[in-house]
Amino acid sequence: MTDNIVEIDNLSFGFKGRLLHKGINMSFPRGKVIAIMGGSGSGKTTLLRLIGGQLQPNHGQVRVDDEVVHKLDRSGIYHMRRKMGMLFQFGALFTDLSVFDNVAFPMREHTDLPETMIRDLVMMKLNAVGLRGAHSLMSTELSGGMSRRVALARAVALDPALIMYDEPFAGLDPISMGVIVNLIRRLNDALGATSIVVTHDVHETFLFVDYVYFISEGVVVAEGTPKQLSKSDMPFVHQFVHGEADGPVPFHYPAPDYRRDMLRGHDA
Amino acid sequence: MLERLTKLLQGIGNRTIERMWRLGAAARFSFYTLVYSGESLRRPWLIVREVYFTGVMSLIIILVSAFFVGMVLALQGYNTLQKYGSSDAIGVLVALSLVRELGPVVTALLFAGRAGTAITAEIGLMKATEQLSAMEMMAVSPIARVVAPRFWAGVISMPILASLFSMTGVLGGYLVAVPLIGVDDGAFWSQMQASVDFREDIVNGFIKSCVFGVACTFIALFEGYDAPPTAEGVSRATTRTVVISSLAVLGLDFVLTSFMLSP
Amino acid sequence: MERTTIDLWVGIFVAAGVAALMGLAMKVGNLTTSGIGDTYTVTAAFENIGGLKARAPVKSAGVVVGRVDGIQFDDKTYEAIVTLKVDKRYEFPKDTFASIYTSGLLGEQYVGLDAGGDSVALKNNDKIAHTQDAVVLEKMISQFLYNKASETGDAKSGDKKQAEEK
Repeated sequence: MTDNIVEIDNLSFGFKGRLLHKGINMSFPRGKVIAIMGGSGSGKTTLLRLIGGQLQPNHGQVRVDDEVVHKLDRSGIYHMRRKMGMLFQFGALFTDLSVFDNVAFPMREHTDLPETMIRDLVMMKLNAVGLRGAHSLMSTELSGGMSRRVALARAVALDPALIMYDEPFAGLDPISMGVIVNLIRRLNDALGATSIVVTHDVHETFLFVDYVYFISEGVVVAEGTPKQLSKSDMPFVHQFVHGEADGPVPFHYPAPDYRRDMLRGHDA
Repeated sequence: MLERLTKLLQGIGNRTIERMWRLGAAARFSFYTLVYSGESLRRPWLIVREVYFTGVMSLIIILVSAFFVGMVLALQGYNTLQKYGSSDAIGVLVALSLVRELGPVVTALLFAGRAGTAITAEIGLMKATEQLSAMEMMAVSPIARVVAPRFWAGVISMPILASLFSMTGVLGGYLVAVPLIGVDDGAFWSQMQASVDFREDIVNGFIKSCVFGVACTFIALFEGYDAPPTAEGVSRATTRTVVISSLAVLGLDFVLTSFMLSP
Repeated sequence: MERTTIDLWVGIFVAAGVAALMGLAMKVGNLTTSGIGDTYTVTAAFENIGGLKARAPVKSAGVVVGRVDGIQFDDKTYEAIVTLKVDKRYEFPKDTFASIYTSGLLGEQYVGLDAGGDSVALKNNDKIAHTQDAVVLEKMISQFLYNKASETGDAKSGDKKQAEEK
């Protein structure tokens, strides 16, 4: 059993002739909270899907618990996914089920536990996220922050070893954001699990993660602890961390010369 | 000029290839639906729940339409038949039209419009809100859990709805013909019973409705599953469901009728 | 919606569907009348069966007593051999007449049995000796025209004779 629960080796992935990832190397040690950050469309969410086996890489490998993901057969992937929990952007709760049934779903599907035990477990998980009283509500009746928390309870229902978060702070008010930050850290430490957080919320994330990877243009441009990165003077990292409008990621979409464009047809 | 022609041909070629590709994807999808049905058959509650949403919820529109169709048939039939003094044959006209053709076909068209679009929209939205992805990540096959139960529910509901349609239509025709117009009660039923054959008409009608059920449900499921996960994509998919289902039903009706009528 | 309410509605739905199908079969179709039960087989030879089809009814005194089972061509006698399945409850004498009638003016054709007076009854696989062919419309029309022509011809020659006699 290696120290790293997930290892990404020289990964290349792309479709329709365009490469999204061009040789990515990452490793995720057990027990840590690691963030993957980058601009929109840089392929962060796709990385999570590659780890979860929903997509196949073009080159390179993704190894989870020392097993190459895309070489697994159906039952292999099935067993691998039982060790993972994923929190999707905006929750992705099942709209036809209640809060209770949503959290109970993985338990009912994968275990043979009696209903009484399932009820206790669900209540425990909901209590951990602070929503035990809301167990009978329908998922459509919840606010954004609440549904995010229920989805979190569902993601940890089977006590996974690896929890993945896809933009968990998107569209949340400051209070809900604080709640989620708190929960991610506490659940990770309580379960002894590893958490991978994909986000572009620098300020919040730097407060609680152990390690950060920066992705841009399909490669890892920087990595390190939050402390190291906030002091970094790499142009991209600097622009990202300080939220600068222009820098390695340009402000202007590629366009012809400004003067020429404006004077078109009205040559002096 | 030549350039435009080649562009046109290229466009047609591309679109044909696109359609072939989609057809292949649809075939693979149907294969998986059948293969993964085992799990949904082990959990009949899933299928029962879907039968409620596709079949029971469509009852009102089916029964009301059937009633009106039967009544109109009786009116129009009487209008023409009484010119030849054969108004006694009105029972035969109503019953045969309904059992052989209108029952299965109109039910299928209404089903595609009501239940088919509901299925497409539901699955399309589940895909757009990543619920299907979430299921996959929890190691639950969305095809087994979401698609297959709806498929069997549609296949079960359609023949039931078609039978109810035919029966209600006959009753509607009866109510117009006998109390309203004044055709003889006994003549209405006895002529009908003499002319409607169980094996040739009723069973054939039932077979037709089963085939239509498979086609409509499957088209609705595939369009939903394949829809682009945007609002526009889902709305486009529901329109396609209705259009393609209707064309498929009418085309299959022709094929089945020609099989059944030729001795 | 509660689990049990959905179950209830679906149960009602399926039951209603089955009931509708049964209703169609019984009241609308001819399922009740076509299930006759035990039958015995007799054959009859016709020179012309007209539009008679298999599964056409066999009636006597207007009541359905059986079904036409099959129709074959005998290439030695150049006749149509019709196999009839008659309900075992009814016995017919050996000199029964089998004729092909049309129900209504343009309706479907059926086999009518007119009982004779013989004391011996028809048994399984017997052959009905006396048959009457179907009325073929074209023959009827040509016969009608021929009769009409000979009538006017008689009238004309009658007039002529009268005129000659006078």
